[in-house]
Amino acid sequence: MKILNCPLNGPRNISEFICFGEVTDMPNPNELSDEQWADYMWMSNNTAGVVREWWCHAATSYWFIVERNTITDEILKTYPANEIFKERVEF
Amino acid sequence: MDTQINRLPASTGLYVDHNESITFSFEGKNYTGLAGDTIASALAANNVWLLSRSFKYHRPRGVMSMAGLEADTLVQLDGEPNVAADRRKITPNLQVSGQNYNGSLEKDKNANMGAFSKFMPVGFYYKAFFRPKGIWQKFWEPVVRKRAGLGKIDFNSPHSYFDKCYKFCDVAVIGSGPAGLSAALIAAKAGTEVILIEQESLLGGSLNYSRFDAEGKVASATRNELLEAVVAQPNIEVLTNAVCNAWFADNWLPIIQGNRMYKLRAKEMVLASGKMEQPAIFHNNDLPGILLGSAAQRLIRLYAVRPGQRAVILTANDDGYATALDLLENGVEIAAIADLRPSPIATPIYEQINNNGVSIFAGHTVYAAAARSDKNHIQSVELREIIGQGQCKNESKHFDCDLLCVSIGFTPTYQLALQSGGKISYDDETARFSISQLPKSFHLAGAVNGFNKLSSLLDSGNQTGKAVCDNLGLDTKGITSQQTMSSTSNTYGNHPWPIFPHPKGKEFVDLDEDLQYADIVNACKDGYSEIELVKRYSTVGMGPSQGRHSALATARLVANETQRSVAEVGVTTARPPFRAEKLGVIAGRSFEPERLTAIHHRHKELGAQMITAGVWWRPGYYGQPKNRDQCIRDENLVIRNNVGLIDVSTLGGLEVRGPDAAEFLNRMYTFAYAKQKIGMSRYLLMTNPAGTIIDDGVACRFSDEHFYVTATTGGVDNVYRTMLWWNTQWRLDVDITNVTAAYAGINIAGPNSREVLHKVCNDIDLSPEGFPYLAVREGTVAHIPARLLRVGFVGELGYEIHVPASQGEALWDALLEVGKEHNIQPVGIEAQRLLRLEKGHIIVSQDTDAMTTPQEVRMTWAIAKKKPFFVGGRSLQLIDNHPSDRKLVGFIIEASQNESPKESNIILDGNNIVGHITSVAYSPSLNKIIGLAFAKADTEPGMQISIKLSSGMVIQAQVVEMPFYDPENKRQEM
Repeated sequence: MKILNCPLNGPRNISEFICFGEVTDMPNPNELSDEQWADYMWMSNNTAGVVREWWCHAATSYWFIVERNTITDEILKTYPANEIFKERVEF
Repeated sequence: MDTQINRLPASTGLYVDHNESITFSFEGKNYTGLAGDTIASALAANNVWLLSRSFKYHRPRGVMSMAGLEADTLVQLDGEPNVAADRRKITPNLQVSGQNYNGSLEKDKNANMGAFSKFMPVGFYYKAFFRPKGIWQKFWEPVVRKRAGLGKIDFNSPHSYFDKCYKFCDVAVIGSGPAGLSAALIAAKAGTEVILIEQESLLGGSLNYSRFDAEGKVASATRNELLEAVVAQPNIEVLTNAVCNAWFADNWLPIIQGNRMYKLRAKEMVLASGKMEQPAIFHNNDLPGILLGSAAQRLIRLYAVRPGQRAVILTANDDGYATALDLLENGVEIAAIADLRPSPIATPIYEQINNNGVSIFAGHTVYAAAARSDKNHIQSVELREIIGQGQCKNESKHFDCDLLCVSIGFTPTYQLALQSGGKISYDDETARFSISQLPKSFHLAGAVNGFNKLSSLLDSGNQTGKAVCDNLGLDTKGITSQQTMSSTSNTYGNHPWPIFPHPKGKEFVDLDEDLQYADIVNACKDGYSEIELVKRYSTVGMGPSQGRHSALATARLVANETQRSVAEVGVTTARPPFRAEKLGVIAGRSFEPERLTAIHHRHKELGAQMITAGVWWRPGYYGQPKNRDQCIRDENLVIRNNVGLIDVSTLGGLEVRGPDAAEFLNRMYTFAYAKQKIGMSRYLLMTNPAGTIIDDGVACRFSDEHFYVTATTGGVDNVYRTMLWWNTQWRLDVDITNVTAAYAGINIAGPNSREVLHKVCNDIDLSPEGFPYLAVREGTVAHIPARLLRVGFVGELGYEIHVPASQGEALWDALLEVGKEHNIQPVGIEAQRLLRLEKGHIIVSQDTDAMTTPQEVRMTWAIAKKKPFFVGGRSLQLIDNHPSDRKLVGFIIEASQNESPKESNIILDGNNIVGHITSVAYSPSLNKIIGLAFAKADTEPGMQISIKLSSGMVIQAQVVEMPFYDPENKRQEM
């Protein structure tokens, strides 16, 4: 079983975590056509290579970012989400 | 009478106690062995070599490796099949028998199967059994089933206790030979916590049975020195009789010791698993009495058993000559040595044999072995001179012998290394496999990495120990190792082509599966060139030994046939387990968390039948199972006509606080919360970004910046996680806490609930005007600080009282006490589900599925369309333009039906399935069967829907307006 280094809880068994897929920039839904919104909702990039992913430490409900190579399954980096999400989002 | 004619004197035999005899039986006959003997070594001491019959041709077979590696040593115990005879120790009165024979082991009636081998070519099963159509099921399957498998399972064998244990260490060392021991010592001296794992009962590995020098002294001297050092090192934990059966990511290792599986997490992993000696391939190479050289050495040094009287040795390396010296010293005559090499290297060990006057035939092979008259043991060998790859001169030399020792090469014990992602390659010059591209924390030490001489094994162990410490950031400069470093490294002697086809065949490549030289060659000729396909077509490597003795030869044969390099062909994927393991070891017990409410014990005392709801235990109903339906009806009527208590502690609870609390709920839920009045609750409906309903609850506003939010029992953890995920991105000024476990909740409901509550609640105005429907209050109930919610899930006057979990039982007791004069009753969740169904309230995930939108369950009233954003809002806009073809409707059926509909029964429109029943029950208040079902979108009250019952009968149901009960909602607003 792999170990994932949680920025809050340290290295833990990966069975304690939930992967929530690639980090995408959330567009303002009100500015998108139906087609654009459907594309955003349902089409994932499925990138082969290094991706930024959402992971959650289930026991503490802590969300953070993992940089992972989807080809080798190598975890390159983990860090708190506020390194990416810095500003309050308004609609 | 001592019949152990092959037993050596007490000066040898590391594993056995010469002073303690043990009697056991094999094939119904009693034998005597020594304590510490395996079944196979004890039988060998009694000169019994025949252990089993082979899988396909029922050929006589015995031990080959003495290391528990092959299928031929699998025997049957009383109640336990397929026990490795060369691994399992004998115990008093143990009853052992051979496997896979018809009649007796010595005279197997199916022994003539070999004669049909010409008619059973490779891929026979694929070629033979499929025509004509149906012949497999009718004829072949029963025949083949009877012949398939080896041992017999005893379905009445007693269950055993198995368990798991978690361990953590800095360094796990697998294997305790010279390399493993020296690696462990270096790492331990640097201060790491080391766990040393050895599958044998004693540490030492090859030091216990191999011969590393002409004098035969260095092994035991080195062993003693290293073991003393290990004992002196308190930070080395030793696990013997333990096998590391797999490697999983980041050194997560299942270590099996008896009936226990250790789950070991190691920061660094040292694989010092050694090497596996390989058989040579020639005519009748499977006869009992043909041993690997290392097997003969194990018999002598570990078990004090002389492996024969008169031996021939087939070799291509120094190990064969070391074996010869061991045999000579223990009274075995050497008839001849055939050395595959045209000019053997004159090492000290070779010279000593040569000086002894043993006949050495360089450039010769054993071309064929012959069996004695009963066919059950080797009697002689035929030597021929080699003239090319696999080719010999026609002239033969014959030697009588009862033992043939084969030492022509090795493979590394590579399984765990390959599981870790290591790649296998093949060096044409040394004719051996090597392993590379391992994870950073995975190290090889010793023979598994190709080393052979004792000095280089120790050297390799020391260097690996230092590499481990480097990875852990530890200094090893001051550490002295047990041996001086040798500058020369060497690799073990593998002959590149110890394969000699014979016109009569029976040169076995895979003994488990009875595969001969021609079978592998013909698999390639049939078009299978990839090793994985050759395996599946021919079954090579599929037997219990998993290719341990066949992978190298198969790779060489396939490479030769397909004109590729052995490295290109490679070996088949090595998957766990490394060794056969019992299902009990894997199964054991599982961890299933369960949660109990604060009032759990009271429910049990009241005779509740507890049922699970997710991880929670909840009271289903109170009473005997035989009265189930009546109990639920009675409890239903308690709420409708009087007053009852329902434990609602499992309901999710979330505290949402902060200046952005209302804005946050606006974004998370479909409804609008910005203008929600303090002291009031409002329904919550949550959709996911695709617009699917995922949860519901109520938001109770206790102040401008404080909401108490409920969620469903099964949904709250996900709701909480989802809330945190969104706010990680939005960064609103709000604090969200999951307080589910902090509160116990009791719903006191029924027309008399206000009167009962009034007796224990004096600081809240309970009048309909002071505390109206949907209002929330804070106060005390029975002196316990409480939050009170007037909600209408069951459709009667009622109050949900939420108190600190520690006070839940006290509140329950207090309410039951003061409710006595009203004959208050506890009510279970079965009745609660019925009560809410009568009101037409949906349960998310029972009445909704992974596609259900608010539109489909007619809850668009809960969507605030003017908000700039909520999760799912954009998708719901889009869905508005693509109306669903189904919706949830309420239906009734007269209660007199013979067969009641059940949940998940389908709704038909003609022959088309248009939906299914999501909830259905008999309503005592209405004396009708009521239910919710998905039906066509244009279904309206007054219409009929067709329900296909479980029996297949189709009945009609009347679609009605909802709610079924109290349509004007007067009762809950009393």
